[in-house]
Amino acid sequence: MALEFRNVGKKFENSNRYTLKDMNITIEDGEFVCIVGESGCGKSTLLNLAAGLERPSEGGIYLDGKAITGPGADRTVMFQEHGLYPWLTVEENVKFGMQLQKVDKKEQEERAAKYLKMVHLQGYEKYRIHQLSGGMRQRVALARALTMDSKILLMDEPFSALDKQTSNRLREELETIWLKTKKTVLFITHSVEEAVYLGDRVIVLSSTYKGVRDIVPIELPRPREVYDEAFVEYRHRLLREVKSGMPA
Amino acid sequence: MSILFFLVALLFLWQGTYIVLVDWLGIYKCYAFPSPLGVGQKLVELWHRGTLGQIIGNSLLRGLQGYLVAIVIGVLLGVLLYRSKYLQKNLRPLILGVQTLPSVCWVPFSILWFGLSEHAILFVVIMGSSFGIAIGVDQAMQHVAPIHKKVAYTMGANQWQLYTKVIFHAALPEFVMVLKQGWSFAWRSLMAGEVMTTSIGLGQTLVTGRDLADINQVALVMLLIIGIGVCIDQCFFTVVENHLLRTRGLLPEKKRGRVVVYTKRVLRWGYGLVGGFAKSFS
Repeated sequence: MALEFRNVGKKFENSNRYTLKDMNITIEDGEFVCIVGESGCGKSTLLNLAAGLERPSEGGIYLDGKAITGPGADRTVMFQEHGLYPWLTVEENVKFGMQLQKVDKKEQEERAAKYLKMVHLQGYEKYRIHQLSGGMRQRVALARALTMDSKILLMDEPFSALDKQTSNRLREELETIWLKTKKTVLFITHSVEEAVYLGDRVIVLSSTYKGVRDIVPIELPRPREVYDEAFVEYRHRLLREVKSGMPA
Repeated sequence: MSILFFLVALLFLWQGTYIVLVDWLGIYKCYAFPSPLGVGQKLVELWHRGTLGQIIGNSLLRGLQGYLVAIVIGVLLGVLLYRSKYLQKNLRPLILGVQTLPSVCWVPFSILWFGLSEHAILFVVIMGSSFGIAIGVDQAMQHVAPIHKKVAYTMGANQWQLYTKVIFHAALPEFVMVLKQGWSFAWRSLMAGEVMTTSIGLGQTLVTGRDLADINQVALVMLLIIGIGVCIDQCFFTVVENHLLRTRGLLPEKKRGRVVVYTKRVLRWGYGLVGGFAKSFS
């Protein structure tokens, strides 16, 4: 297993309410796991815990059996905001993480070129971030995340600030890239459609009892077709579960 | 360009007022009302006497010395405030309080400590500008977007890398603004110090003007103080600031000058004309 939540509970300071409770999730190597749930169900908290940006109040989170105690380069995070640096060019942004890790210069060049090509941004190396469209910015952020060559990719609604067309296109590209690289991915989204499209398994979080409501394996061949009958069925089922997880 | 015309018009208006009020109506005596021509004469006089360069040079050098020390103190203090919650809570209000003290109020204290010397002036300059810089540096770092820091952390940045590769760059445009403001504080404090002491410089020349009842000299020095202040602001700080903002897309790209645009337009037109002729002949 790659990432494991063991009896994780989280209460924030000055609050006696649980944001997450009794979380037990195991994510296998090379698996694409999506997490859906109403807003406020704690899905972003779950990701922040895995990233090490927050500490659990109870239980522990393990990567390859090693407890996570803080943020680290073995897990790369992609946020809803691209978080690119406006004072750097596209290429410099992509290399930023590798520079922090003191990766060999030649290796940096190679990886940057490889992943910029993978996200279809070759030719944009010298551009500044403000010169790119929203979709392109997320692509740069994805390329930067991929260059880290980490075991697991944590994605917190990376496409949800984009328009529908762009986000559909990006999720297709993400699937292609995932099939190529076989990375482990934990993907948070509020869109059930996105989850069914991308996930090997979809975990539904409930906002009533702050934990896992259901885990649904999606047994559809890739690439998936949104208008496919089986796809629509999965979607309806998950939507029902997400809704019934809400407080009345 | 338009501001140049405006200034020239203002000069004419000023000279006109002088002629009406002093020469024609005699409401004011000529030693009580400065005029552009009088100020100009004074400028030439000081220039020929060879003291102008010394006066300006002395003041600038002194200001620069004090300003550099103030930057060092201000930046160190600012970073400390940012790093330490304790200092943030307890020392920051104190610094804000001291900062409300006009710099001229430091002069008596400074003279008691250092006597009527260069050091007294430097002390006033440092006191006048370092606290403002400290507060500004702290604030600039607080304004760094949390996402910038979060991203760096998740890519494994250590504290040193976080400061040198993220916070410093993210806060740079605001740092420049703070330094610009710090310079204007320093320049004002310098004048406060120079007016009160006797070392050669702009402030001292101003006071000599008063002692000689030479209102043109007083006006000239005031204009020089303004001119040098504006010049440093526009020729250095604003240029750096705009460059930084432009690379980050926070200011529109530089417009090409009108001359360049028109020249290109005329060339294109001419080229088209020649091409047209060539076609009609062939």
